[in-house]
Amino acid sequence: MKVKNRAAKSSLLMAMPMYVFTILFTFGPLIYMFALSFMRRQATWGVINEFYAGNYLRILEPVFSGVFAESFKLALITTFFVTLFGYPFGYFMAKLPPKHKNRAMLLMIVPFWTNSLMRLYGWIIIFRSNGILDSVLIALHLSEKPLRLLYTYPAVVVGMVYVLLPFMIYSVYSSAEKLDWSLVEAARDLGASKTYAFLTISLRLTMPGLLSGIILTFIPSMGLYFIADILGGNKVALVGSIIQEQLLRARDWPFAAALSVALMAATSLTLYLYRRITRSEDLEGLV
Amino acid sequence: MEALLQLEGIEKRFGDTEVLEGINLTVGKGEFITLLGSSGCGKTTTLRIIAGLEVPDGGRVYLSGKDVTNLAPDKRDVNMVFQNYALFPHMNVAENIAYSLRLKKVSKADIKTTVKDALDLVQLPGYESRMPNELSGGQRQRVAIARAVVNKPKILLLDEPLGALDLQLRRQMQKELKRLQTALGITFIYITHDQEEALDMSDRIALMRNGHFEQIASAEEIYNRPKTTYAAQFVGGANIIKGTVKYLKSENAVIEVSGGEIEAKTRGAQIKEGDRVTAAIRGENLEINPASETYSGLAATVTDKSFSGGMLRITARLADNTEITCHRQGIDCQYAAGDNVKLALKDAGAVLVDLEGGI
Amino acid sequence: MAKKRGISFSGIYLTLILIIMYVPIVLVVIFSFNESKISSLWGGFSLNWYGELFRDRSMFEALRNSVVLGLLSSFSAAVIGTLAATGLTRYKLKSGKVMEYFATLPIMIPEIIMGMVFLTFFSLLGLPFGMVTLVIAHTSFCIPYVFLMVKARLAGLDKSYVEAARDLGASELRAFYDITMPLAMPAIVSGMLLSFAMSFDDVIISVFVTGVNTNTLPMKIYSQIKTGVTPKTNALCALIFVVTIFLCALSMRISKKK
Repeated sequence: MKVKNRAAKSSLLMAMPMYVFTILFTFGPLIYMFALSFMRRQATWGVINEFYAGNYLRILEPVFSGVFAESFKLALITTFFVTLFGYPFGYFMAKLPPKHKNRAMLLMIVPFWTNSLMRLYGWIIIFRSNGILDSVLIALHLSEKPLRLLYTYPAVVVGMVYVLLPFMIYSVYSSAEKLDWSLVEAARDLGASKTYAFLTISLRLTMPGLLSGIILTFIPSMGLYFIADILGGNKVALVGSIIQEQLLRARDWPFAAALSVALMAATSLTLYLYRRITRSEDLEGLV
Repeated sequence: MEALLQLEGIEKRFGDTEVLEGINLTVGKGEFITLLGSSGCGKTTTLRIIAGLEVPDGGRVYLSGKDVTNLAPDKRDVNMVFQNYALFPHMNVAENIAYSLRLKKVSKADIKTTVKDALDLVQLPGYESRMPNELSGGQRQRVAIARAVVNKPKILLLDEPLGALDLQLRRQMQKELKRLQTALGITFIYITHDQEEALDMSDRIALMRNGHFEQIASAEEIYNRPKTTYAAQFVGGANIIKGTVKYLKSENAVIEVSGGEIEAKTRGAQIKEGDRVTAAIRGENLEINPASETYSGLAATVTDKSFSGGMLRITARLADNTEITCHRQGIDCQYAAGDNVKLALKDAGAVLVDLEGGI
Repeated sequence: MAKKRGISFSGIYLTLILIIMYVPIVLVVIFSFNESKISSLWGGFSLNWYGELFRDRSMFEALRNSVVLGLLSSFSAAVIGTLAATGLTRYKLKSGKVMEYFATLPIMIPEIIMGMVFLTFFSLLGLPFGMVTLVIAHTSFCIPYVFLMVKARLAGLDKSYVEAARDLGASELRAFYDITMPLAMPAIVSGMLLSFAMSFDDVIISVFVTGVNTNTLPMKIYSQIKTGVTPKTNALCALIFVVTIFLCALSMRISKKK
């Protein structure tokens, strides 16, 4: 028993810096945010320490609940397209021969690591009226006048999908890479069509990757307001931009905190529901 | 023999499963002892407790008379050759072997000569700067042994060290391990699930089953006089026949079994006429004859024949469906499946088992 | 037949997506050599903007801030994350699962929330906004990257290496230093590089926790994009891109050495 305790003690000691840091700078602040969301803002500066539920009631006002719905819709659309484009990419990449795989990996990682503002800026160049896209389309006689895509909803979606795509690709790739391809061959050998083998074997076994990819896309897309800011102008208002406005301009911290708590609750709830739903689907698939 | 290692009532549980149920073992100086058993019998756990990598839930471990039960592995004069060798992948052969010497702050010059000697000993001279992934399985094995003995431990623990090698290399390494042990004079505690390996190499065999020792004895003793059905079958695959004692005849008992009677050694056990007993018979102690009046023996019907390792195995069935396998040299055989035969016991070839544990 | 067609389809698909991924980046780089100030019109090749960039003091200050910030936070994260990953892999502490959950929260929560959380909490503590608050905030979202990568590496590592070292006479600390650290090094370094890239990329959290005088590069680029870009920004982006490629290649090399 002594040795066991010693091992536990030294393990705890090693984990201690992270424990302290996490409690002090992640857990603590989150608790404070929660507390803050129940306080009242002072007329000029700071907050009043008394219980106040008004912040949450204020979220229910159509202006704000509408923004919530809008953010949610954008996150859903983004996640949908990211899955649509990202899943095949990750899956195909895992099937490449090793030499090509490494090359594809490097090619995929470089944009992922490249500053996202720089990449979005590239899209501005493309979308700008009389920009690259317009010039190409007009030159090919596919369009007669500039499309004026910049500062539109589609531009925002393209930007979001573009920035978040690598997360999906990477998750799908890492679970598809672990896939034992002889299982697929066995299914084919047993008489499954290509599609059926994919649905019953490959897709099912890469589910964890797909799931974490969806999570890694959906959560940030609820908060990535700067893409909408850059590519959508002022036309697309998201929860993120309102929180920022309340914090930095209106200086209403309690309300910003309440918005954040609501946003966190919304994302957690979606995740929870998603997990529940996929699990039940899993069970049906087993039969 | 001087007792070097003593295990006293060692118990170990992992969760709800009891892996060791209070085992006792004494190992002498310079001995080659093998822990033999199928996978999951607790042999690796026993070894890890001796090394200090596991702490027992009950019982004590004594090394040279000193209680080391709670002593950390780095404070014990015991070294281990791991099943997968566990050669440090980021160090070359010399650095691997020198690891324990460096910890002891041995001078650079001494380390160099010791490493060289160790490599000579395991017949890998000049391999100092190779990396583990550049070595074959057999070579890794040798380096792992060199690394473990360079420290001159009192006991060397070997956890199925030959398990990953092919058959030919295995046989060769068995001889070499034996040679090494004699040359170094270190106590070896060796783990294997291969009974032939155990019989071939060990001074003593400790046969393990479900967390206890089934029998601890010399190879000869365990082969010729297995104590239990399990021991008889696991080591050398003996035939097991049940029967009733007809009468006693000096050190032997005459037992009535299906299709005739046999004579088995009683090993001094207290038995009397009419007792139900179990006997073990080695396949090579049975002679197979045609079923005619000229021959005596147990009446049986041939069911199967197989040939391997220069040995023909003929399986026959007694009237009560007990299957008996006889061995003989060469492939020639006049019997075919379905033939009636008589199985005769060569002199003193049967022994009673399971005497203590009730029948 | 069927197989052959499948491969070429997936090849085309992969190539197409990769091209789309690179088009915006390549455009930014191309336009950094544009003589004209209007980024949609090509006015001839020029290196003028690189010259302009090197003369811009505030740009360099932002770059220096970002590099210092990235180095400090990825290094702190590497130390904290590696220690914790080692401790929690070696021994299943009861508190481990819970702490793991909280420690990885910063990358699971939308950035805007982390930004707001840090802003309010730091002003509650009365910390001076600037490099210190930036480093704390960035370290907190860098820890999960290092922690998760090192943990995955250690989980795949044979336990018997450390046991062999202990058996050969190494103390726990010594075995960690001699065996665990070097074997986990590829994961530690790639975790650090990824942390650095993430820190170097962050706008949202930085905007909230920075002080008046501390600008980071992404913040600078952000405000330029909002107010109007000159090809000077393109030139800067092109330079960052070159460094990124180098870091990626480095990280790939390191993590491949297993």
